[in-house]
Amino acid sequence: MDFILLSILKTAIAAPVLLGTLAYLVWIERKVLAHVQLRMGPSRVGPHGLLQPIADAIKLLTKEDFIPSYVNHVYYWLAPWLALMFAVTAISVLPVGPIVEIFGVKTNMGQADISIGLLLILGLTGMGVYGIALAGWSSNNKYSLLGGLRSSAQMISYELPMALAIASPLLIVNSLNLREIVNGQAGHVFGIIPNWNAIGGLQIFSFIIYLICAFAETNRIPFDLPEAENELVSGYNTEYSSMKFAAFFMAEYANIITACSVATTLFLGGWHPIIPNELGGQFIPTLICFFFAGVLFYHALNPARPSDRLSMGVIGAIILGLGLLFQVPVVKELAQPLFWFASKAGFLIFVFIWVRGTVPRFRYDQLMRFAWLVLFPAALLNLLLTAFVVAAKSN
Amino acid sequence: MSETITEPVLHQEPEAGGSRRMTLNMGPQHPSTHGVLRVVLELDGEFIEKATPEIGYLHTGIEKQCEALNWQQVITLTDRVDYLANLSNNLCYSLAVEKLLGLEIPPKAQFLRVLLAELTRINSHLVWLGTHALDMGAMTMFFLTFREREDLLRIFEMFSGQRLMTSYIRPGGLALDPPRGWEKPVKAFLADFPNKLDEYESLLNANPIWLRRTKGIGILPVEEMLEVGITGPLIRAAGIPMDARKMTPYSGYEKFDFNVPTATENDVFARYAVRMAEMRESLKIVQQALEGMPEGPTRAEAHRVVLPEREKMKTQMEALIYHFKIVTEGIAVPEGEIYQVVESPRGELGYYVVSDGSSKPLRVHMRTPSFANLQGLPNLVEKRQISDSIAIMGSLDFVLGDCDR
Repeated sequence: MDFILLSILKTAIAAPVLLGTLAYLVWIERKVLAHVQLRMGPSRVGPHGLLQPIADAIKLLTKEDFIPSYVNHVYYWLAPWLALMFAVTAISVLPVGPIVEIFGVKTNMGQADISIGLLLILGLTGMGVYGIALAGWSSNNKYSLLGGLRSSAQMISYELPMALAIASPLLIVNSLNLREIVNGQAGHVFGIIPNWNAIGGLQIFSFIIYLICAFAETNRIPFDLPEAENELVSGYNTEYSSMKFAAFFMAEYANIITACSVATTLFLGGWHPIIPNELGGQFIPTLICFFFAGVLFYHALNPARPSDRLSMGVIGAIILGLGLLFQVPVVKELAQPLFWFASKAGFLIFVFIWVRGTVPRFRYDQLMRFAWLVLFPAALLNLLLTAFVVAAKSN
Repeated sequence: MSETITEPVLHQEPEAGGSRRMTLNMGPQHPSTHGVLRVVLELDGEFIEKATPEIGYLHTGIEKQCEALNWQQVITLTDRVDYLANLSNNLCYSLAVEKLLGLEIPPKAQFLRVLLAELTRINSHLVWLGTHALDMGAMTMFFLTFREREDLLRIFEMFSGQRLMTSYIRPGGLALDPPRGWEKPVKAFLADFPNKLDEYESLLNANPIWLRRTKGIGILPVEEMLEVGITGPLIRAAGIPMDARKMTPYSGYEKFDFNVPTATENDVFARYAVRMAEMRESLKIVQQALEGMPEGPTRAEAHRVVLPEREKMKTQMEALIYHFKIVTEGIAVPEGEIYQVVESPRGELGYYVVSDGSSKPLRVHMRTPSFANLQGLPNLVEKRQISDSIAIMGSLDFVLGDCDR
């Protein structure tokens, strides 16, 4: 009974947070991309366009849900929700913090703590391709079909090196449970260098291979062939409108969050701090918040626009309060791991956006060749070497 | 209206040959056909078996309209032929009419024409680079190039009052004297732009994805290129240093020292490299034009052709009469025909102008580079992938207004 209540409670917290993050990820992407490209980005709705996601949501909800007469209705309806469902479900097994005790209840920070967490994530992201493939096929549009075909081939090809890249840290930890994988990366070598998989040893290669595959799995530039708007108009989602289109959009961003969180969990030590707590690591979140609050206060005092005086001040005060929160005894236990996890995953997400602003797109055959002739052998070799190292260590 | 939507053919019967082809309609509304080009692609999977370009969606009948307008009114139509290289079109038409009239253009006007034509070349190449890179997914390039293009458009606006449809170069000289202090923004642009070119190249030249997408793609035998009349950067990227500025110098280009960049690879990357080098050469020409800018008037001494100055009109009777005659009757161009060629950013731009001695042209035909360059498309994209066709179309750098007229 406790378990059910707790699960419902956690879902009630996690679902809005996730959806909010999804919405604001779009805002962040648009802002970061805009600044890469010498633009302002959203700036009209609310201060600094902060209410843009809400405006977008209202727009997409109230748009006419146009369904072309020639679609295959069952799969056309199913595809976007399938894509979104798999993308969002995968997040449920990710641990964002250690097991904590709140009000006498011991619980893990994360939805489900299952022994095959990683397998579940692999399975769910693998299923995600069905959403896109079905959308491309059921739309009965030639551009969509090409997009669907490309994405099926691409995602299946990149699944392989991705799974192999994930397998190497598994060998080291010897568990599929994500929490145990994170705990295997606890502590610091020589008391200063984080004992993460991505630092030191062979796992840096696994990390790089995983990250490249993640770009392909989430259909991001330079691997955004399924929706290459300059070739296939909009690819698999050409015929979708209104909330069904939004579902694909959200699925894409949920996939990015999942991919970055998995990378954080497997390779970047999950919620463990970058600087050991003995050396003052626990003050880092507060200091970072203070720094950003300081920057915002400076802009509030020297506003570029009259409205900045208020908006920058208020946001600065919120961040300042957040920084203080990291030092409050009980909250600290929850907030600090969350901060480290979010900042690592957030950095990876930033890399995703940064890459989008920098590189062109692959060609279809080049992408496949890259997967099978470069990534796959590299991942295989990496796995083999890791196995040797693990075997040598255990003997 | 009754329901007329027909069911699409879902299960195509295999052809006798055994392959199942898909016909894909690329355009006229497509993000990468740069306007309203329609290409009917016969696809075998991702590979293009056959491509049939269909032009004419932007046909505006400019050539025919020219016959209904006065000689000096036609200039506004030439802007709209190739809206990315309007000053080249102004120049070409003006040169043709001036040849028929036998006018001598003062050196300052000639230098300014060269300067503006070269800035137009840079302007056009910037749009090409931005959209070409955007087509291949390098979105940021588009914004970088349009940042510099904005400077150029400001310069054009300063000269003519218009950003796009300048109509600045007219038969007999220039529409207006350049405004005071016009050198300043041009010099600022000259000082700044080489760094910006380096910035573009640093983003693209060492980018393995860009190189893979462009090298060895879109090769057409040189003979075939010459056969269909491909000119400009495309033919120069195939190793033939064909450039109207060198071969048939006009407007005093023989006084300038510049190179004609060529490449031998004849692929998409070679065309990119040639155009990048051309922008640097254009900068050299602009620099020389600035340094050697002669003093003097910007309009020829021809009362029957060139509108008099406002001041003279207010004080001199003859000037007022000439103004009245030119505006109401137009200018009478001696009987004859002429073919004038200039090197537009896209290649050889020719105006074939026929006069019957009246105040309106009998015929104005434009030999536009976009039309000729587009003729190579079917053979260029055959047996290539859809993604390649996007890269190739970008490298052709056609403007549909220029193509359809």
